[in-house]
Amino acid sequence: MNFNLSEEQNLIRESVRDFAEREITPVARELDEKAIFSNDLTKKMGDLGLFGMNIPDKYGGQGLDTLSYIIAVEEIARIDASQAATLAAHNSLGISPIYEFGTESQKMKYLPGLCTGDALWSFGLTEPGAGSDSRGTKTTARLDGGEWIINGSKTFITNGSASISKGCTVQTLTDNDTDNDNGKKSFTTILLESGTKGFKQVCMHGKMMWRASDTSELFFDDCRVPEENILGQVGQGSKIMLSTLDSGRLSIAAMGLGCARGAFELAMNYAQERKQFGRVISKFQINAFKLADMAMKIELATNLLYKACWLKDNEQAYAKEAAMSKLYCSEIAKEVVDEAVQLHGGYGLMKDYNVERFYRDQRILQIGEGTSEIQRLVISRLIGC
Amino acid sequence: MKILVCVGNVPDTTTKVRFAEKNTKFDTNGVQWVINPWDELALTRALELKEDSSNPVVHVTVATVGRAGAEPTMRKALAIGADDAIRIDTDPEDSSFVAYQLAEVIKNEDYQLVLCGIESSDYNGAAVGGMLSEYLDLPSVSAVTGMTFEGADIILSREIDGGIEEVSLPAPFVAVVQKGIAKEPRIPAMRGIMMARKKPLKVVEVAEAETLTNMTEFEMPKPKPPCKMIEAENVAELVDLLQNEAKVL
Repeated sequence: MNFNLSEEQNLIRESVRDFAEREITPVARELDEKAIFSNDLTKKMGDLGLFGMNIPDKYGGQGLDTLSYIIAVEEIARIDASQAATLAAHNSLGISPIYEFGTESQKMKYLPGLCTGDALWSFGLTEPGAGSDSRGTKTTARLDGGEWIINGSKTFITNGSASISKGCTVQTLTDNDTDNDNGKKSFTTILLESGTKGFKQVCMHGKMMWRASDTSELFFDDCRVPEENILGQVGQGSKIMLSTLDSGRLSIAAMGLGCARGAFELAMNYAQERKQFGRVISKFQINAFKLADMAMKIELATNLLYKACWLKDNEQAYAKEAAMSKLYCSEIAKEVVDEAVQLHGGYGLMKDYNVERFYRDQRILQIGEGTSEIQRLVISRLIGC
Repeated sequence: MKILVCVGNVPDTTTKVRFAEKNTKFDTNGVQWVINPWDELALTRALELKEDSSNPVVHVTVATVGRAGAEPTMRKALAIGADDAIRIDTDPEDSSFVAYQLAEVIKNEDYQLVLCGIESSDYNGAAVGGMLSEYLDLPSVSAVTGMTFEGADIILSREIDGGIEEVSLPAPFVAVVQKGIAKEPRIPAMRGIMMARKKPLKVVEVAEAETLTNMTEFEMPKPKPPCKMIEAENVAELVDLLQNEAKVL
């Protein structure tokens, strides 16, 4: 076994960390407070090469391995969950399905622009009535004279309504033939560009977390798109969705790990400075043991997530480990941030302290891209229950 | 024009310093290594000069004296944008030894400009740049905070008491640079990191040279005693402590 990161992976971590501390740290609190999506930071992440990290050079990507990308997400999340959300969603949900399932001309048309940070693409799966039950999709598409006509709506779509959002990969129901013998629904994914008549993208406000990321509702009212905008084949929607979510779980796990690491560092620094009863509070056993537990959880989460990435990079089955990583990293993020706030005492409840933002931001990680309950369902099936 | 930037591999500035072997060696266990910050700024300026097509700079090389453990630092310099790298395969014993090794490599090549950071953030000797120019028999300018081209001449700015002086001289020379030479060091982009693996990193055998110094002992500064706070109205107690405990009055 070899647990050492490569020289390149270490340099990627160092670079993304330097970038996050130099560019994101100074503005994170204000962007969160005012709920502003930053085109500027998105562009800077593009300039650094964080979009399309896993896709080949010919499509504008960097051709790096999964672990390198996961380290990048983790390092951004260590500083700010909102920017990490923009990064993770665009890579895993925006770019990845087009690369994995697109035709050569679709890849050449969309991917180079999406790797620059000038443009974002979203993945439209969740609907008001289709959350954990993703097969409850009601948005429909039907062919009419060489065009798809899409009707319906999506909700909680990351990167769906920013001014630089160029479109969405929409999961649609193309054959709701539940009365037939096998009762199977047929799903198809279709590439829908912003600006298409009948496509409305509305930013969702009033979020508790990821306030500086773009979350949107999408409405489709007789949206007509060319037949060749289909991604993959008719009826392949479920496969595309499942594959995208497997890979996306690694990103959310990286966000949990980065969040936990960031909160742990804030707590450690604070506990080593804050004095009560004449001593720094990290010297009290009850706090020292808390910090020890936090460090142990982060170490375990790292090992699990990096192993899942290693499996994917070595073309081995990784769905179980991806679900475990998403579940474990997001749950320890919750536990670590909670203790980090506790160690900050009253100050941890104030917006002047970054740990307050971490406390809010971690809460989505047990919900987004498959709840903790759904992860347990996935794992239980994969272990043969 | 080719520029050579001398790059030191130093412990990260947040490293907790410990010593080994009866306080005669720096304990490198668990140390994170980085490019010496002054050298990193020198490299940044060299790359800025190369990227401006109105300047005659066509090639930037980085060189270091160090063992294989220094290679991640060199690879980072390549990822930032240096064209190639040279590592002289030996421990950097002292300033004179390092300057001699660098000179041996530089004198056989056609570098018109040699840049060094003014000091390293570990030993702060501030000696290599000057010694290197002596070994190369080249002029040197120290504490350079600005560098631009004007025709064939290079204009160097130096901070002096109350102002800035500008000097102009033709290449070749050694410029020993101070903070201000570049705004901030560059962060390597993913593409640069990918390209760095394909750039040449040449390992050179050590030249025979005498080590002129011998490290006898390192000593840690004594920990400061805790700060005592005295109420503003309690002047008598303050005077008493200054006289009898601190013994400064």
